[in-house]
Amino acid sequence: MDKPLPTSLPTPRDWTSHSPYIHPDYRSTVLRGPKRPLLPIKAHMADLAAPVYGHEDLGELDHDLTRNARRNGEPLGERIIVAGRVLDERGRPVPDTLVEIWQANAAGRYVHKVDQHDAPLDPNFLGAGRCMTDSEGRYRFMTIKPGAYPWGNHHNAWRPNHIHLSLFGSTFASRLVTQLYFPGDPLLALDPIFLGTPEKARERLISKFTLDVTEPGFALGYEFNIVLRGLAATPMEK
Amino acid sequence: MTPGQTPSQTVGPFFAYGLTAEQYGYPFTSLFPPRVAEPRARGEHIRVTGRLFDGEGKTIPDAMVEIAHVDAEGRPVTSRDTAVASGFRGFGRCGTGTSADQSFEFHTIKPGVAAPGTAPHINVIVTMRGLLVHAFTRLYFEDEAAANAADPVLASVPAERRATLIAKRIALPEGVEYRFDIQMQGPNETVFFDL
Ligand SMILES: [Fe+3]
Repeated sequence: MDKPLPTSLPTPRDWTSHSPYIHPDYRSTVLRGPKRPLLPIKAHMADLAAPVYGHEDLGELDHDLTRNARRNGEPLGERIIVAGRVLDERGRPVPDTLVEIWQANAAGRYVHKVDQHDAPLDPNFLGAGRCMTDSEGRYRFMTIKPGAYPWGNHHNAWRPNHIHLSLFGSTFASRLVTQLYFPGDPLLALDPIFLGTPEKARERLISKFTLDVTEPGFALGYEFNIVLRGLAATPMEK
Repeated sequence: MTPGQTPSQTVGPFFAYGLTAEQYGYPFTSLFPPRVAEPRARGEHIRVTGRLFDGEGKTIPDAMVEIAHVDAEGRPVTSRDTAVASGFRGFGRCGTGTSADQSFEFHTIKPGVAAPGTAPHINVIVTMRGLLVHAFTRLYFEDEAAANAADPVLASVPAERRATLIAKRIALPEGVEYRFDIQMQGPNETVFFDL
């Protein structure tokens, strides 16, 4: 699939929607976030090419985390559907773009070898998946609702239920790594990672429960739309 | 009206089985392995390696580095078919959790010149636990001194910080390696750009 170079410059990153690099309540940021101001850069078109990939790179079950790692049965937990659209800032769909996700299992345990949380692994659940958006920017995953898990940030720290997402969008500049949360989670009000996001933008990280996505008799549905940086209306000078 | 950009969040410590599964030995395929160029790809084959350091000078074992660059003739890869045919994908990922010294290591080709008057370079995205928004930087090559001196992006960087963007060339029996260490903080903090 062709990924033509952008014809105009990306719209800027809206820093009022993103966390600062240093957010001391999330301890790991203190030694890892850059401290000096970012420098502006005039990107050349060749530097704005998005990575190339196609539907043929994906496995048939990559989008279905309830089936893509089965060994001897179904994964345990509450089946959910996570679906939505990937849009740019003008509300236009971002078609054929990759959405990658990873998450803990229903017990709040990651497959990752470094995760030492004393909760069971699920032999039938890996927790990784991906899909590409369709021509209208729609994507859809079937998965298991991830559990909350403790972490070492401070005494009695627990991450809210969340799914990690990684997206590319239409240019190299629209790269986004984020997390999706669930409505009504009491841990959101206590989570320094979620609270690092400026207040006005926080609700964009919370999916919405909806019967429109719910499959009767099978799985609850959550809608999560993702807005990536788009291209400016003015074409790039030649 | 849309609600505005979706906020960035940290990649967290547990991305490996999803984003870099093959490198870490998890049962999932990797779309963007650290091998960016197959042996048949045209151009000078190089390795790009480095480590990431935090504000106390400790190496970071749970970062993910992504690189993107043009081919040996300076052309961006804009189609999957081209990438498959040429053996050069143009984009790769590597985590810092599988080598003894927490380094990343890419196999690729040295990029050509994408636009007249600019120096060959590799675009680099860094993400890790503790980084709430990914950081973007650029790798330039030590042995391109003349081109580097003329490059407008390098020229826009204060002279005393330019060295943080220059990868060191090391000739080894197995081939040429460019070493690019990334300092997240400190007196030699790497220059990060607002791309
Ligand atoms: Fe997590």
